[in-house]
Amino acid sequence: MTGSKRKFAIVVFPGSNCDQDCHYVATELMGCDAEYVWHHDTDLKNSDVVILPGGFAYGDYLRAGALARFSPVMESVIRFAMDGGPVLGICNGFQVLLEAGLLPGAVRVNRGLRYVCRDVHMRVENASTVFTRLYEPGQIVKMPIGHMEGNYTAPPETLTELEFESGVVFRYCDEEGRVTDEANPNGATAGIAGISNREGNIVGLMPHPDRCAEALLGNDVGRRMFESAVASLAPA
Amino acid sequence: MTSGAITPDLIAEHNLSPAEYERILEILGREPNLVELGVFSAMWSEHCSYKSSRIHLKKLPTSGPAVIQGPGENAGIVDIGDGLAVAFKMESHNHPSYLEPYQGAATGVGGILRDIFTMGARPIASLDSLRFGAIDAPRMRHLVDGVVRGIAGYGNCMGIPTVAGETTFHPAYDRNILVNVMNVGIVEKDRIFRGRAEGAGNPVIYVGSKTGRDGIHGATMASEEFAGDETRQKRPTVQVGDPFTEKLLMEACLELFRTDAVVGIQDMGAAGLTSSSFEMAGRAGSGLEIDLSKVPVREPGMTPYEILLSESQERMLLVARRDRLATVQDVFRKWELSAVEIGQVTDSGRVVLFFDGKIVADLPAAPLSDRAPLYDRPRIAPTPVGSAGWERLSEPSDYGACLRAILASPNVAEKSWIWTQYDHMVGTNTVERPGGDAALLRIKGTSKAIAVKSDVNPFFCACDPYRGAAIAVVEAARSIASTGARPLAVTDCLNFGNPERPEIMGQFEAAVRGLAEACRALSVPVVSGNVSFYNETDGQPIPPTPTVGMVGLLDDVSRHVRLPFRAEADVIALLGESRDELGASEYLRTVHGRDEGPCPEVDLDAERRLVDLLVRLAEERLLSSAHDVSDGGLAVALAESAMTGGLGAEVRLDSTLRLSSLLFGETTGRVIISFRPESEGPIRAAAGRLRVPLATIGAVGGARLRISLGSRGVVDEGVAALSDLWKSAFERAIESAEVL
Repeated sequence: MTGSKRKFAIVVFPGSNCDQDCHYVATELMGCDAEYVWHHDTDLKNSDVVILPGGFAYGDYLRAGALARFSPVMESVIRFAMDGGPVLGICNGFQVLLEAGLLPGAVRVNRGLRYVCRDVHMRVENASTVFTRLYEPGQIVKMPIGHMEGNYTAPPETLTELEFESGVVFRYCDEEGRVTDEANPNGATAGIAGISNREGNIVGLMPHPDRCAEALLGNDVGRRMFESAVASLAPA
Repeated sequence: MTSGAITPDLIAEHNLSPAEYERILEILGREPNLVELGVFSAMWSEHCSYKSSRIHLKKLPTSGPAVIQGPGENAGIVDIGDGLAVAFKMESHNHPSYLEPYQGAATGVGGILRDIFTMGARPIASLDSLRFGAIDAPRMRHLVDGVVRGIAGYGNCMGIPTVAGETTFHPAYDRNILVNVMNVGIVEKDRIFRGRAEGAGNPVIYVGSKTGRDGIHGATMASEEFAGDETRQKRPTVQVGDPFTEKLLMEACLELFRTDAVVGIQDMGAAGLTSSSFEMAGRAGSGLEIDLSKVPVREPGMTPYEILLSESQERMLLVARRDRLATVQDVFRKWELSAVEIGQVTDSGRVVLFFDGKIVADLPAAPLSDRAPLYDRPRIAPTPVGSAGWERLSEPSDYGACLRAILASPNVAEKSWIWTQYDHMVGTNTVERPGGDAALLRIKGTSKAIAVKSDVNPFFCACDPYRGAAIAVVEAARSIASTGARPLAVTDCLNFGNPERPEIMGQFEAAVRGLAEACRALSVPVVSGNVSFYNETDGQPIPPTPTVGMVGLLDDVSRHVRLPFRAEADVIALLGESRDELGASEYLRTVHGRDEGPCPEVDLDAERRLVDLLVRLAEERLLSSAHDVSDGGLAVALAESAMTGGLGAEVRLDSTLRLSSLLFGETTGRVIISFRPESEGPIRAAAGRLRVPLATIGAVGGARLRISLGSRGVVDEGVAALSDLWKSAFERAIESAEVL
């Protein structure tokens, strides 16, 4: 990685509010470059990795992610993803990926009908995606969530496909790795916390790896997602 | 000029007294018209003019070496070094939250956020200080649920974490809940903006949401008490929040502040366009000409009167350099907000308002605030509430059962039901999350962190407003210092009943005196604040509730100290002295159902030395944990450190005090610390130097909390079971309360 630093594009929709947090992880914690890309722009500025950060794009007033997918930047993101570029959607960014059809399924309001912000445990179900290859298969990771609509669901055939083709990347579990109803914070079907496309270059998840990327905040397990993406890039 | 007869009824409807109207006539040298009467009414409301409180607020210490901006602006600002400063303020939104809890609380958050980012600061944390009635009182579950959702709905969407707060329940708030919200922001010292309309010819620009008919006379509503079933009639005066627009407004303003376009800016908060325009001109000694027909409105047919007094949310008034008008418009266009030039700055000293080409108001700017009424209202000094005989109560047979009952009481039970609904992590600065003594936020780009805490014990204040207020300050300071941070400065939110009643004014005077003395003793100036009077329904006032918000500074975030016990075999020590003080305690309320005094004593000098000691011990990395002893007393504090650390403790007390007082009394000036055995020497030496009493009382370890007095075991509880109880009790209580 000498000479040219790896570069993250962080997409900013009106109402994104974890854009700066992701920028901080990429630059201050990992020493990479990062650029904000305003939702009206279509130029991803030669970035190596694209992040759709958390927040409330357009206030989530219609439905989380529903308006953001129409932003001009999404055409570029879709093209980038179709070319195999690494795209990570975190929380609201995941919702945008679902609305844009880059990942299958949808999220509904949490089963408790309340916003939930706390740590959850997840099992790494697929450690071979672009964003999870530095985890061990089956590893139990603790990450914070913060969302009102994280109750993942999809038609039965989609769920079957996801399960058979290793599309489920993270699943809510308890501290020992058991997938139980109690350990499921939002009612997501089959405890699904994060999924990927077949190729593993597009990953979306409800929990926030950007909020657990340094020891000072008590947990740095999330940083591995960002590092995985950099590690999976062809040598510069 | 539009004129209509100003009748005594019309004056009374505007909450202006005959004497106040006389003063208006004197200032103007003529009769005001209706629009002008509306302006005076809003500007001279208690809420905007502080007419009953100013004379007392002068006693508060407001300056200090670190103070950059004291009271009188949108927020106070204090230097934290590295070219940075913190801007912070607390405000109430009590009446609107009682009428419509979701929108009332949400717009309370919106308002305080605007106060902070208006100064050029990026908000980094909110705190909420909530007082509800009995948890099973009528409508209370609805109110709790709505307020919490409202704070969450607004703050979460804005991406500002809500990191700390406190919630108490008492029947005295059954019909007048309190919602106090504080926000803290970070600003570069040389990029601070103020609400000043300077430079004749500069454009006055309206930005943000359109103006609607909502909230007209919100400021005067906040200055009246409720009577009978007014919750229904007054509903239209509550504003509706739009956090998404505010998020855009915030980002647009912060982006614009990086240019040289802005001369002055102010939030259109209480009394909307009226207060922002008159205050901006008043502070700068300038004048304004504003064309109200250019104000973007939500519906046709709005009158100048309505446009001026609307309290629609998410609006700002901005004065820009004439040659930078295009910059302002570009930035707001990017954020899809309208920025409309509605007038210009003049040097006339007058605010002249036009509508449809005609002058509808022409008033001198400065006298609206300079010559606002100032009252030294009659007062009756409060008589401290003493004991009603608790000293004669027999001791309980089972202290463990008492501990469990207190841990499960709504006031002491863990409130994660509330704070898990708040995004408390966005911004990735939250080093210490809710649930500790104070929240801690690191300041990116530095090694520093700030600690933030809001505090007041209304039960103490009900017994003795003077002491109760002083205790609010020292307790906040103790909480801050328990993290290792040094207390820096204070904001306050003073919630009281009707100031026209001498006994309320007496409470207010006493509380302000208590605040002033405690702030002086700890060298923490009051840099901003808010007064909320008329908190009463049908003549029943709330207990005096002077909420204190405090900010502290920790130079090296890696030295921060946490509340939970950390390691087996650590020594536990109690700093400070316990006294026979059960008055106003959670123990008396929960175990005996008794609401009586007296309020515990407070020793300001001892508190200062205790704060100094805690800061010193953290600097030298001598502590494993520290926890302020407050609600529920020593036993509860020990249990909290044990439960949050997942570790037991073996505690042996040695005292001749009444055992219930020793375990559950809420004597001030005490902190529990734990540390490695080898640190005991230097800790004792430091405590000795600062004359802070220190008693080693036990050791961390095992899975049970065992407390004995000499050889007699008095508490022996499994930590896991206590923790389950403590963590589930609040949710159980709120979910089982009647919905209506």
